[in-house]
Amino acid sequence: MSTNNKTLDPAATTASQEDISAEISSIHEVYRQQLLSGMKAETQPRVDFAPYRSSLLRHPTKNLHHADPETIELYSPAFGQRDVHALESDLTIQHNGEPIGERIVVSGRVLDGDGRPVAGQLVEVWQANAAGRYVHKRDQHPAPIDPNFTGVGRTITGANGEYSFTTIKPAPYPWKNHHNAWRPAHIHFSLFGTDFTQRMITQMYFPGDPLFALDPIYQSITDQDARDRLVATYDQSITSHEWATGYNWDIVLTGSNRTWMEEEEGEH
Amino acid sequence: MAQAPELKLVPTPGQTIGPFYGYALPFAKDNELVNQAHPNSVRLHGVVYDGKGEAIPDALLEIWQADEAGNIVSEQGSLVRDGYTFTGWGRTAVDNVGHYTFTTVNPGATEEGKAPFIMLTVFARGLLNRLFTRIYLPEDTAALANDPLLASLTDAERKTLIATREADGSLRLDIHLQGKEETVFLSYPRES
Repeated sequence: MSTNNKTLDPAATTASQEDISAEISSIHEVYRQQLLSGMKAETQPRVDFAPYRSSLLRHPTKNLHHADPETIELYSPAFGQRDVHALESDLTIQHNGEPIGERIVVSGRVLDGDGRPVAGQLVEVWQANAAGRYVHKRDQHPAPIDPNFTGVGRTITGANGEYSFTTIKPAPYPWKNHHNAWRPAHIHFSLFGTDFTQRMITQMYFPGDPLFALDPIYQSITDQDARDRLVATYDQSITSHEWATGYNWDIVLTGSNRTWMEEEEGEH
Repeated sequence: MAQAPELKLVPTPGQTIGPFYGYALPFAKDNELVNQAHPNSVRLHGVVYDGKGEAIPDALLEIWQADEAGNIVSEQGSLVRDGYTFTGWGRTAVDNVGHYTFTTVNPGATEEGKAPFIMLTVFARGLLNRLFTRIYLPEDTAALANDPLLASLTDAERKTLIATREADGSLRLDIHLQGKEETVFLSYPRES
């Protein structure tokens, strides 16, 4: 086995990929049995997911407490053109030169759980570069920083909830969850809805990544259909001639509570 | 409250914020909903802890609240703080010892007799999905006693949601993701 001495970390756990994969399989098997016995499919990650070691002490052990949303919870902060410049959605023009890597366009729509477009709202993204390196002092992976790529973008959604980012395809990178652990390539997305209860942060992945099965963060979503919702689709209609390949990814937030509660009040 | 209608679409799963948000999400004056020089400015602060009682140095918090008069505002400009526009929203990364600080104002009651609270969202490395909770102001004890959410909690649970007023007027609330003093985190209708 070849070892990169530069990344040997005394804090790294001694668990092997086989150990982690076996833990993931056994959790998923229990879930499959529950599905077969009629349990409703899960749509979100488990917050208690031991194969992702950092989650052990950082998840609530009690069930979330149901709250009927009121007042401030039924609204969301307003962002707009004042907050975000139009050029911030192009991550390839933030420096003097062209970043290295595979130029891509990622576009899609932000919708709420009722299928309504989330218009005029903030979308933020951040990602590693084409070598799998983040511009972050905590990222000490010995892969090159690209002086022409920061990997941060923002945009405001259009009238139909549409967004589009021009960027460089990020690479996988190693992390310290277990020995020889690698994250599948991903772009972090931060999203707001019309109610602050719809606030979410997630990660978009690329189709066919061979690291999916091995990754405890991706596999913390026990349901295959739910996992698939984080994977973008290659889209020839977004791809542009001699310029960039294109991916489509639509994001669905939870349901607004303001809309139906207002409609109900109107019926009194 | 009536039964919430079923969703037409299945929501996209969340994922952890990870360790590398620090160069992407924070921005200048992100935690200053008002300027410190504002005559009614209040410090809202506390520490985020894990299940062993150790401070979490890589969490990001956001708050969303009404203004002093209890109005829910709809103003752009959160990301480009001009020091004059109250947008009601703020963000902060905790520091190396897990401590967070927002400079804000006490939110007013949005309706007569309602207990004023600030909405809080927690993101962290190791936390696979965001968590929501409320930070209640401690003063209006009658309103707190009538609050439907607080009424559904035990005394110990209730304490995790009500801030303490410190001698200098600051509001203090620590967040415990896990453990004996685990914060009560909330779910809302129409999440799946």
